[in-house]
Amino acid sequence: MTESTDTTLINSEKSPPEKPPSNFFARITGINNGWLRSLLIPTLALLVALIFGTVFIALTDLEALELFKEDFGGGLRLMAEGVGLAYKSLFTGAFGSVYGLSETLFAATPLLLTGLAVALGFRAGLFNIGANGQMLIGGMAALWVALHLNLPGYIHIPVAILAAIIGGALWAGISGVLKATTGAHEVITTIMLNFIAFFLIEYLLTVPMFQEEGKINPISEFVPLSARFPQIFGADYRVSIGLLIAFVAAIFVGWLLFKSSWGFEFRAVGFNPTASRFAGMKVQSLFALVMGISGALAGIAGANQVLGLSPYQVTSAFAGTIGFDAIALALLGQSHPVGVVWASLLFGALQAGGRAMQASAQIPLDLVVVIQALIIVFIAAPELVRAIFRVKPPEKEKTQITKGWGG
Amino acid sequence: MVLELRGITKRFPGVLANDDVSLSVELGEILALLGENGAGKTTLMNILYGLYTPDAGEVLVDGQQLQLSSPSDSIAAGIGMVHQHFMLVPVFTVTENVILGMEPTTAGGFLDMKAGSNTVKDISERYKLEVDPDALIENLPVGIQQRVEIIKVLSREARYLVFDEPTAVLTPQEVEEFFQIVRGLREAGKGIIFISHKLKEALEIADRIVIMRDGKSVADVKPENVSEEEIAELMVGRPVELVVKKKQAEVGETVLAIKDLYALDDRDHLAVEGVSFEVRAGEIVGIAGVQGNGQTELIEVITGVRLSIAGALSIHGQDITGATPRDIHGMNVAHVPENRQESGLIIDFTVTENLVLNSYYNQPYSRGIQMDWDIASQAATRLVKEYDVRTPSVDTQVSSLSGGNQQKVIVAREFDRDVGLVIAAQPTRGIDVGSIEYIHNRIVEERDKGAAVLIASSELDEVMALSDRILVMYRGKIAGEFDPQKNTTTEIGLAMLGGTK
Repeated sequence: MTESTDTTLINSEKSPPEKPPSNFFARITGINNGWLRSLLIPTLALLVALIFGTVFIALTDLEALELFKEDFGGGLRLMAEGVGLAYKSLFTGAFGSVYGLSETLFAATPLLLTGLAVALGFRAGLFNIGANGQMLIGGMAALWVALHLNLPGYIHIPVAILAAIIGGALWAGISGVLKATTGAHEVITTIMLNFIAFFLIEYLLTVPMFQEEGKINPISEFVPLSARFPQIFGADYRVSIGLLIAFVAAIFVGWLLFKSSWGFEFRAVGFNPTASRFAGMKVQSLFALVMGISGALAGIAGANQVLGLSPYQVTSAFAGTIGFDAIALALLGQSHPVGVVWASLLFGALQAGGRAMQASAQIPLDLVVVIQALIIVFIAAPELVRAIFRVKPPEKEKTQITKGWGG
Repeated sequence: MVLELRGITKRFPGVLANDDVSLSVELGEILALLGENGAGKTTLMNILYGLYTPDAGEVLVDGQQLQLSSPSDSIAAGIGMVHQHFMLVPVFTVTENVILGMEPTTAGGFLDMKAGSNTVKDISERYKLEVDPDALIENLPVGIQQRVEIIKVLSREARYLVFDEPTAVLTPQEVEEFFQIVRGLREAGKGIIFISHKLKEALEIADRIVIMRDGKSVADVKPENVSEEEIAELMVGRPVELVVKKKQAEVGETVLAIKDLYALDDRDHLAVEGVSFEVRAGEIVGIAGVQGNGQTELIEVITGVRLSIAGALSIHGQDITGATPRDIHGMNVAHVPENRQESGLIIDFTVTENLVLNSYYNQPYSRGIQMDWDIASQAATRLVKEYDVRTPSVDTQVSSLSGGNQQKVIVAREFDRDVGLVIAAQPTRGIDVGSIEYIHNRIVEERDKGAAVLIASSELDEVMALSDRILVMYRGKIAGEFDPQKNTTTEIGLAMLGGTK
């Protein structure tokens, strides 16, 4: 035919009837969306979460509620003042000063590393809920190197980080290998391994290899100076080289996913393991590999928590809930390294600002947790956000819902 | 007594799916709606079924305008739809499926299964749709399941029935029975819309044919006044070769040899039972058979996706038992998998990514694990041109291409090298006439260049047109070998159903 080089979309399906329904996983992780659309929902979700946060602040303002009885306008004014003060201190606490900014970056560091770990898993279709356990194991491996290898600073830190990478990778690798060989679901195994890691570390911190001399509670020896992460903006600010490592990790994950053949395989398996297998990829080994790399990233976050912050002494709580916040921010960041960077900065800001808010406006830090949770609720339920903002959904989604004899 | 669609226009972002389409069907008439995939047939029917709201135009029954905003509105207006993929619950009985959503109850609010069963019996007698009301759906053959769908529609008192690609899943014999049923429904005074892209069937069954192309209705004709060629040209917009032109095969040495092969399916049932055959260079061997008789598993074993449990397999004399898909690919085997969206493509990936899906790890696409996407996209640009893939760019997601173009992406990926063996399963299922013609010609071209070709298809016409030899598979065994020049469709069709020659 004459138009054989014509590449217009003459023949396109107007409403692809063969397309399998986009699954929930793809939808909440955002893997499948155009980038503009993927930006819309998180932004709106954040907005709605902040609005709901306002309601929480207002309704917990007992003074204002008391005043309502006598002076409705006054109560309202007091309430508005309370909300204004809360958000103002939240914002200035996170961005209002150099110190605030540094606290934001400080809080963002482990979130970014674990967020990347979870996002990488999402890309390959794996739900790594075990970032916390991998942090714990990685952190302990780094702690062992810090306490027991007598090395100069320029080599002590890299070796400790390497140990953390290996520790985290092996711990996550257990889930990966179990999935590859027995089909055990990684959600179950990573959760279980979280518990095992936690209690293992609680125990390890009581043996002489790690425990501070003369203590009976599970607490470690101090990390020697040679293994402590240097602070990059001086002693007044808590930001350490952990931040730089996290950014390098983000660049690495970006390269891995989009510029390397491994990443190509990860993404292929994440979208469609069957077609990947037909194309000759070793799907099972890829699952193990992805879990390993994911665990390695979480392990580095563990090293950051052990070697990167005062008092340079470890209890079993050093991972906090970072590995779980990471799931939230990987979702918010749509599993893209750039998105994860922004999401971790946002969550870091909420942490830093939340502490300032607690101090100056007496709003409990829990509000931050509520806001984070609300963001995830709205991201996981895009229909809800669309309904609130009257964003029109793509029509093909509508068919899938109403197909058949549903009426 | 007439159902009308007047001036229907429906726009999706970037495409005009329906452009001022009008058609009508009377009671007691069979209207075939013919068009390629993507011509807008499905969109039009979804409007009729209340799934889409048209941007312009109206739907009328007996001159009265309908407000269709959900399928229940359409059902209430007497419009029933039999979908291509049946909407049946496999573990329910026929009766349970029919009454689902409008269950009859007794005075106490209990489910009245007896009434339901009577309804089914009533309808199946009245319209000669023989079916056992108490049979479980999962135990019924596809042709009977389709009857259940029809009964379901009739039990909701549909006067107009829409069939979406009803013959796609049926064997030739079942198609004959289905046509009898449709004619029976016409005699009973129902209005039928028969959606298809198979012109032969439309010519056989329809009283009137409406042809759609690019969202417009381009012709409204009586079958007795047109030829197959004319219809094909109207559908595609240019003259089309309906028969595959090929010279006599020049057969060379054996490429693929299979001996006493046994393999299990996903549920660990024996699916391939002692199959032996050879495919030689320069010939096309076609495997005909009703879907689910072991062809899928056989092809998967040959391509390394599935392990055999016994028997010998070799390519060019080299044993390939236990070889991985990558090993097989490395032996210059091209594989067009049966299900392009499930196993042939990653539809969320771009055209470029799909074109390197099984060669990305080699030079020049990657060095070590560093990929060179510039080279990949240059190669993709060349392949898209060479294999006539219609896409806005090589960075377009494959999910937004039509079925035919998706299939061409696979063909381009698999054929773009010195191919010694081609394995193609359902190479043209559900794609447009133009793409079918193109892919058939490519397959014959590979044969003429000296490749051995094995195709498996449930479309007997396709196997007949392409093959130099035909093997029929029935219940995991080779039920016979046929010569497309000498044997008739009826003989082969009979073998597909387990009859003897």
